[in-house]
Amino acid sequence: MAAAGRHILDVRGLHKSFGTLAVLKGIDFRLRERELAFVIGPSGSGKSTFLRCCNRLEEPTSGSIHVDGTDILAPGVDINAVRRRIGMVFQSFNLYPHMTALGNVTLALRLASRKSKAEALEIGRAALARVGLAHKAQAHPGELSGGQQQRVAIARALALEPKIVLFDEPTSALDPELVGSVLQVMRDLRETGMTMLVVSHELQFARAAADRVVFMEDGVIVEQGPPEQVFGAPQQARTRAFVARIDGHR
Amino acid sequence: MSDVTALFFNAEIMAKTAGFLLDGLWMTVLLCLVVIPVGALGGLVVAVLAALKRRWLNIALVIYVDVFRALPPLVLLVFVYNVPPFAGYKISELEAVVIAFLLNTSSYYGEIFRAGIESVGRGQWEAARSTGLGWWQTMGWVVLPQAVRNVLPDLVSNTLEVAKLTSIASVIALHELMFAARSAQQATFNYSPLILATVIYFVLLWPVVRLLSRLEHRKIAAR
Repeated sequence: MAAAGRHILDVRGLHKSFGTLAVLKGIDFRLRERELAFVIGPSGSGKSTFLRCCNRLEEPTSGSIHVDGTDILAPGVDINAVRRRIGMVFQSFNLYPHMTALGNVTLALRLASRKSKAEALEIGRAALARVGLAHKAQAHPGELSGGQQQRVAIARALALEPKIVLFDEPTSALDPELVGSVLQVMRDLRETGMTMLVVSHELQFARAAADRVVFMEDGVIVEQGPPEQVFGAPQQARTRAFVARIDGHR
Repeated sequence: MSDVTALFFNAEIMAKTAGFLLDGLWMTVLLCLVVIPVGALGGLVVAVLAALKRRWLNIALVIYVDVFRALPPLVLLVFVYNVPPFAGYKISELEAVVIAFLLNTSSYYGEIFRAGIESVGRGQWEAARSTGLGWWQTMGWVVLPQAVRNVLPDLVSNTLEVAKLTSIASVIALHELMFAARSAQQATFNYSPLILATVIYFVLLWPVVRLLSRLEHRKIAAR
């Protein structure tokens, strides 16, 4: 369904080692505009590291990464400008505890995008409204539930009007009854055509919402394709073993 | 009047020397108003530079902090006051105190701020940087406000120590409260001025002690 469109993310030959430990061993991956890709795999497979390389929270050892046409590993690239176009949502939310929800959302608008105060507040309120939390603008993170905190974190990423949003296990730290509200926001986001790369264990959500599922193991992409294929008729033995394992757990 | 009362709690002598001590008190207050902000700011600079994690800079900072934490402040003050004249510079008492206190207290404040900065999790850095904030912006707007809040009791405690430490300026004849009290004591052959100074110190610093207690209790309660 998202076959048309240019590549927002283009990763080639990505390697990442921590000391002598090779975590990513040659990742080739492209994501089209408006596409939602799900990365699954056992823990330690390198999926979070892959995601974190895409905005250089981790520095790749070798390979190339282009985001919206910009070579983000080029020497002299303005990494802060690059990151404004790449939203990121973390497992542990990482909201700024000393600021209100609105303060969290507007900080980068003021400091990084150099918006006027009035403009930042307007964009910030709109971003909070998008995640259904306009009424919590003045609340501090400590006064919000985990699900609400994560939605504020999504609003913080959206406020900068990114070209792509990276989700690093966005629901893993949430109580089960709070997961739904966050997934609903992600579903809404998908409706608006946001390009999204998601590392998550929410396989039901992946089945229902993802354009593509990417199975990683041991630092490489083993298999990728539409969810019905990866879950229903996996081509690789390793994928079959993983899918059988997690299906058994549910 | 008993001997003890006459020698230690002599109202007449206290009244006579009160004005002199009050002059000293103003100098003590002035000293605090100068050396505390200067020392805290120096410490903040030390801690922020350490957070840059540049190898050679860090080695220099460790040497700086270690040296000035190891030296007794009184020794440092006497040294700073007496050495510059040999280099042809007549240093004033106030200059000597400010420099000695900067070297000493910035090392302590620096360690406290550093602990505060380290108490802020990596996730805060990553969240801020992922939205395009630069290193200094992240430090200033996200990390330092939380760092200061996390070590506020230690900062107040150290400030209390610095305020009390200003009494050592008396050894280089700077006319602050302790020097005034000692001068008055020697001039009157009576200890009452010292008792009066003690009371003044207590009245001046007791509110800070109360504040510190409350901060510490709040911190324990927050756990």
